[in-house]
Amino acid sequence: MGNITLKKVSKSFGATTIIPEIDLQIEDGEFVVFVGPSGCGKSTLLRLIAGLEDTSAGTISIDGRDVTGEAPAKRRLAMVFQSYALYPHMTVYKNIAFPLKMTGEDATVIDKKVKDAARVLNLTNYLERRPGQLSGGQRQRVAIGRAIVRQPSAFLFDEPLSNLDAALRGTMRLEISELHHQLKTTMIYVTHDQVEAMTMADKIVVLNAGNIEQVGSPMELYKTPKNLFVAGFIGSPKMNLINGAAAAKHGATTIGVRPEHLGISTTAGEWKATVGVAEHLGSDTFLHVQAGDVGPLTVRADGELGVRHGDTIFLTPSPNKIHRFGADGRAM
Amino acid sequence: MARAVSTRRKIGFTVAAWAVALLIFFPILYTIITSFKSETEAIAGFSLVPSGTLESYAEVQAQSNYFKFFLNSVIIAVGSTILALLVAIPAAWSMAFSPTKRTKDILMWMLSTKMMPAVAVLVPIYLIFRDTYLLDTRIGLTVMLMLINLPIVVWMLYTYFREIPGEILEAARMDGATLWGEIVHVLTPMAVPGIASTMLLNIILAWNEAFWTIRLTTTNAAPLTAFIASFSSPQGLFWAKLSAASTLAIAPILIMGWFSQRQLVRGLTFGAVK
Repeated sequence: MGNITLKKVSKSFGATTIIPEIDLQIEDGEFVVFVGPSGCGKSTLLRLIAGLEDTSAGTISIDGRDVTGEAPAKRRLAMVFQSYALYPHMTVYKNIAFPLKMTGEDATVIDKKVKDAARVLNLTNYLERRPGQLSGGQRQRVAIGRAIVRQPSAFLFDEPLSNLDAALRGTMRLEISELHHQLKTTMIYVTHDQVEAMTMADKIVVLNAGNIEQVGSPMELYKTPKNLFVAGFIGSPKMNLINGAAAAKHGATTIGVRPEHLGISTTAGEWKATVGVAEHLGSDTFLHVQAGDVGPLTVRADGELGVRHGDTIFLTPSPNKIHRFGADGRAM
Repeated sequence: MARAVSTRRKIGFTVAAWAVALLIFFPILYTIITSFKSETEAIAGFSLVPSGTLESYAEVQAQSNYFKFFLNSVIIAVGSTILALLVAIPAAWSMAFSPTKRTKDILMWMLSTKMMPAVAVLVPIYLIFRDTYLLDTRIGLTVMLMLINLPIVVWMLYTYFREIPGEILEAARMDGATLWGEIVHVLTPMAVPGIASTMLLNIILAWNEAFWTIRLTTTNAAPLTAFIASFSSPQGLFWAKLSAASTLAIAPILIMGWFSQRQLVRGLTFGAVK
């Protein structure tokens, strides 16, 4: 089981409030991603759940049990750190065995569990090596191995992939998602990368300055962002946010149109634009255009599109894909 | 780009480095040479070639029992170092991993006690030792030297511990390690190189400490520093004997230092270069 409930939880360091009162419910078996820009309090929130930081107010319960004042080890949670935090003086085997040894598990049980974890994570051939002799991806797997042997009620991941190169990040993303399907254990994953959030999460919690801006499934957040912050943060490339006359025409202070929801024509359309940089990715082309009074826009077009720097094009937003926001930044 | 250094400059630097090293080492070398001379040779004037006689050593051993002093030195130096580590490891741990607003001040205050001349507290300490019957006891001297070197030990360990990423200790906490488990299984093994060099340096400092060891002992607990001092006698200076005594006193620590020099250098430059 791994139900986690946060009730009116807040955290301040002296006079600085990092997290003003928040409520959050995480269901058993969910893959929840905390996403937000640097300094938004997502790691602090994770550390509060882990018990590595004390809450200033509010309660945290796991499976209905109040754990607010309990030590990290008593919460039955396992954590994977950004820096992997492996014990450099121990072999891979001993690293993975460490949490079991701390709970006084029997040596034969430890051996079995470590070897099982190693098999799942393709680490069997590396058990006698030390962390210093492993690649980044292997170290990350050891950190995950150390977490899974404890059979915790939930896994906490603190930006676990940010030290890896892009290719490895993609692979590890899949491995962690696969692991979640296998174990069906609650996972809380912190990242500033909205692509990781979109691809891995069952539920995304978007944080900004310690506040929860929106909670929902990836597609909910993509289709119906509650406010300008979520609209701008979720989606890659970012949503085009347009003010002024073009927005007023739709009865809003700001309108948002995703790059993929702009129709392109070389002859006619709602907005006339001049192509600036065209990024050809093969499958897609991202056009960065200047659309007169509307302002700079990003357009996602077909990979085969043959437009170049300086060309004139016409853009038309799909009418039912326009997001409207009021003066307070909230969706209308 | 590597800096280009001409061969002539290289030779110049090498010669200069050797000259400085020899200059520093020369008094020790000359002491060793003199210890193999007879008393007449020793006062005859400067000479780098001794006759090779062992009579000074024989006389030194006949006059006072070297091994008793040696044993005292070992007990006091090693004992005070172990005691200091027992106190300093938890102290440095708390200062490095849960610092408060006052941590820096406490560290500075501890270091400032080393700036005070020892003689300033000689009388009160002597009286305390006298009244608590600690004069001329190994236990008294061990505690004394432990306290004297404690600031340095705490400072060194604090510097080493600061280099250990806090996340690793947090990982241990998540993995179910108690505070004690965290120190024993994770922190201490990771800090072994640092602890080893702190230990070596502290043994050397305690071994060479002369001010308190000479003043607080007479016969029972007297270490090798007192052994040397006993040869600068009021009947006149016997250079060869004094040299033999000095050589005997520094030999163990010199040999230990030689074998652990890599560890010592690493310890003293730890953290300077990543």
